[in-house]
Amino acid sequence: MKKAWRSILVHALLLFGAALTLTPLLWMVSASFMPTGGANTVPPPILPMHPTFAHYIDLFTRLHLARDFGNSLFITVTVTVISVVVNAMAGYAFAKLRFGARDQLFRVLMAALVIPSQVGMMPLFLMVKGLGLVNTPWGVMIPGLASIFGIFMIRQFALSIPDDLLDAARIDGASEFRIFWTIVLPVLKPILVTMATFSFLSAWNDFMWPLIVLSDDAKYTLPVALANLVGEHVQDTELMMAGSVLTVLPVLIVFLVMQRSYIQGVLMGSVKG
Amino acid sequence: MLAPAALLLAALLAASCQSAKSARTTIRFWGMGREGEVVQDLVPDFEREHPDIHVIVQQVPWSAAHEKLVTGFVGRSTPDVSQLGNTWVPEFTALNALEPLRPWLASSSALDSSRYFPGIWDTNVIDGQAYGLPWYVDTRVLFYRKDVLAKAGYRSMPTTWSEWRTALRAMKKVVGEKNYPIFLPLNEWNPPVIFAMQAGSPLLKDDATRAAFTDSSYKQGFDFYLSLFHEGLAPPVGNNEVANVYQEFGRGYLNMWITGPWNLGEMRNRLPAERQNDWATAPLPGPAGAASGVSLAGGSSLVLYKDSPHKREAWAFIEYLSRPKVQLRFWKLTGDLPGRVEAWRDSALMADPNMHAFQQQLEHVVATPKTAEWEQIAIRLQDQVERVVRGSVSPDSAMSALSREVDLMLEKRRWMRERALAAGGAR
Amino acid sequence: MSNQTSERRQRSAAWGFLLPALGLIAVFFFLPVLVGLVMSFTDFDVYAIGTPASIRFVGLRNYAQVLHDDEFWNALRNTFYFVAVGGPLSVLASLVAALLVNAKVARMKSFFRTVYFTPVVTTMVAVAIVWRYLLHPRYGLINAALVALHFKPVDWLGDPHYAMPAIILLAVWKNFGYNMLIFIAGLGSIPEDLYEAAELDGAGAWARFLHVTLPSLAPTFLFVGVMTMIGQFQIFQEPYVMTQGGPLRSTVTVVMLMYEQGFRWWRMGLATSIAFLLFVLMLVATAIQLRFQGGEARKA
Repeated sequence: MKKAWRSILVHALLLFGAALTLTPLLWMVSASFMPTGGANTVPPPILPMHPTFAHYIDLFTRLHLARDFGNSLFITVTVTVISVVVNAMAGYAFAKLRFGARDQLFRVLMAALVIPSQVGMMPLFLMVKGLGLVNTPWGVMIPGLASIFGIFMIRQFALSIPDDLLDAARIDGASEFRIFWTIVLPVLKPILVTMATFSFLSAWNDFMWPLIVLSDDAKYTLPVALANLVGEHVQDTELMMAGSVLTVLPVLIVFLVMQRSYIQGVLMGSVKG
Repeated sequence: MLAPAALLLAALLAASCQSAKSARTTIRFWGMGREGEVVQDLVPDFEREHPDIHVIVQQVPWSAAHEKLVTGFVGRSTPDVSQLGNTWVPEFTALNALEPLRPWLASSSALDSSRYFPGIWDTNVIDGQAYGLPWYVDTRVLFYRKDVLAKAGYRSMPTTWSEWRTALRAMKKVVGEKNYPIFLPLNEWNPPVIFAMQAGSPLLKDDATRAAFTDSSYKQGFDFYLSLFHEGLAPPVGNNEVANVYQEFGRGYLNMWITGPWNLGEMRNRLPAERQNDWATAPLPGPAGAASGVSLAGGSSLVLYKDSPHKREAWAFIEYLSRPKVQLRFWKLTGDLPGRVEAWRDSALMADPNMHAFQQQLEHVVATPKTAEWEQIAIRLQDQVERVVRGSVSPDSAMSALSREVDLMLEKRRWMRERALAAGGAR
Repeated sequence: MSNQTSERRQRSAAWGFLLPALGLIAVFFFLPVLVGLVMSFTDFDVYAIGTPASIRFVGLRNYAQVLHDDEFWNALRNTFYFVAVGGPLSVLASLVAALLVNAKVARMKSFFRTVYFTPVVTTMVAVAIVWRYLLHPRYGLINAALVALHFKPVDWLGDPHYAMPAIILLAVWKNFGYNMLIFIAGLGSIPEDLYEAAELDGAGAWARFLHVTLPSLAPTFLFVGVMTMIGQFQIFQEPYVMTQGGPLRSTVTVVMLMYEQGFRWWRMGLATSIAFLLFVLMLVATAIQLRFQGGEARKA
């Protein structure tokens, strides 16, 4: 009897928490379909009385959101692909290849994890300027192309690769690169998928750096474009909600599809970190 | 999911079609906030007149405009032409980003300093050279409750400080202890700066390299400003504490307000109908009558960028935006007051009796110090003034603290000036 | 093939594998950090962008100036407020969520886990905009709920006393799911027999929570606490999108001040010194936490 009550209580709380958590997102979707001014009434409406696609059409036609979407997608995918490859190579080398100064080098990298990115931000901007990359997608990508955290995660995973497997291949005369390509990468696949998800989400959601680097609205990423839009259309609640939906949708989809490996990654980063 | 995908495709197709007509010269214009939106409506007429020029307008919110312009400059991606708040002209000149306009002005017979309000024109002149052309102008005048002033025994606004203060005291008796004759928001640097300028303070001295906040002229203006609080004529609050200024103005909690042209429309829209005949505008009083009642020379200028490869086309766009007719159209769309004096002869503009105060005031406007640091200085000044009014520091110690701070901020400017002088002397 | 050639080959291959990553990190991370340190001793400013020859070495002047600036202390106060109130609140919310999801009687655990985690992956800019409207004094859902519960509506983002609490609400909502996951993992690793032993000793549910669950979670608390704090010290996007630092500068944070000084006023020397001060502060705060909580964790 007591157990039944406890079960009811726990589930009530769980549902209540879920409602609180989802309300902002659900309201965002709902309001994005309301006609202009429809969300600004008292009491606030929960569902659109007369649903409309008008704001989405407006965003894609007049406000060039497709362009910003394309910019974001290009930057995010490029960063994800490059960073996974680059980090995988380095993570594997730290885990499995023997070379002098390996442990010292790794320790230096680990120590650098505590440095917040802001301390290098101003010089990085001037460097990006010097390279002529201000106001280009490449300038946005630069800080994300390699990540110490990514190298660390891949190294932790790669430690479990049995040395015998690699040595056997060496005895067969395979080159180190071939070993990496045909043996190591397939073994690393789960962690690479996880890291790709991490990288995708963080590159897509990144705000401060693109805000600094990009000045021309034709180059804006979605979050920067959205922050720009809210400066101009703050009174257009429904339009802003449609913009928010479009910004959040891709990461939500990626997360829902990849959630198992993503959550694994979060736990791995915490347990071994 | 399908609908957005279809839209995406349509938008991409539309984008690819646009690139077909590329024989024309494309110039890029950056407009801020509402102006950036409205200027798009003015572009088609220009393009019809100039079939060889295509104008792309980028809208930048005011909150990010400054950053974006500097980043644009640093990244060599400034537009060809843009709107620039006229207080920003000194900074972008210091950055060496702007094209001097003398040769361009010489080529346009319709444009010279005599077509503009002198105080406004002056904001664009740095070391004798014009870097911007006034687009729309902005200044602050007095908005007041006619009926309350009349009840206090005045048929028109006084023009000197002492008469004005007497009138405010009389109004205080009419409105009662809980209400206030005037509102000087503590979160704005403009009112204290205006009073100081009226008293003749340059704010910064020695070629704008040192603070002048402890000089007697500044002190005179500041004392007058403070007296309005000390006598209970102005409430010691900011805009945030007065949730809805229009409502409070209508209710008689606040009865005068030093503010700008954007509030002409707001007052008409937000005050209840029965109050519409009870308010008016007047030029600011001054310590020694109307001529000393100066106000701020605000507004936005049109500027050309040094890096622009299409200055001729960009200048054509500036000329177009500077035509009195186009300026009037722009005023109708935005409520922004035209920069060209000729446009002010228009009957539609002057049909609003409240506009006369602005016209008169614009003849008496003064530029804030022309330094890159001014905006930061103004913010610090506002902080210190707020602390004095709220009673946490004495005026003298606040102003000497401010002077120290500002002198420190201006150290670089002093050094740059000295170095430039030394280099000039050596040559 | 001899062992030696294999090792030599491995060594050169290793450097080949490391080169892209280490090169990128060295050039685009370590170098800027070092240059930043140098820059914080110069007066790099808007004049320097136009005229590079005007850069001067000023020693510790930027640091002295920042430390004498009320603005900096205001930003620091706001940031500490956010960390000191938002941090524990966020950790508490994570713990409660983890306990609920992990409860023996709970069904559909993975569903709830996913739901609670969803805000973590959303784009901060987008959800900050959503929250701006949720917090709207007249039309926002949050005030509508307050009114329905017979509270007075609050001018969340317009009143300097409520703006930071509003931002904390958003931050807790956005991030509690992350720490929840870590707590769930921590809870899962507590051996079942500890509970059984406690139950045999006659401990009730509450006593078991106090004497078994909490102590066993000490290392998790430490990790969660440090990571949350480090993240929160760097808060920028929420106030940038929601309040622009207002009202009355009540939501200006240290990173926001740095952004303003660096990229609005282009006083980059000053801005880097703010960044380094923040770094030092984070190191000190982490060290303190490791010392106190770390002691607890070791005892457990």
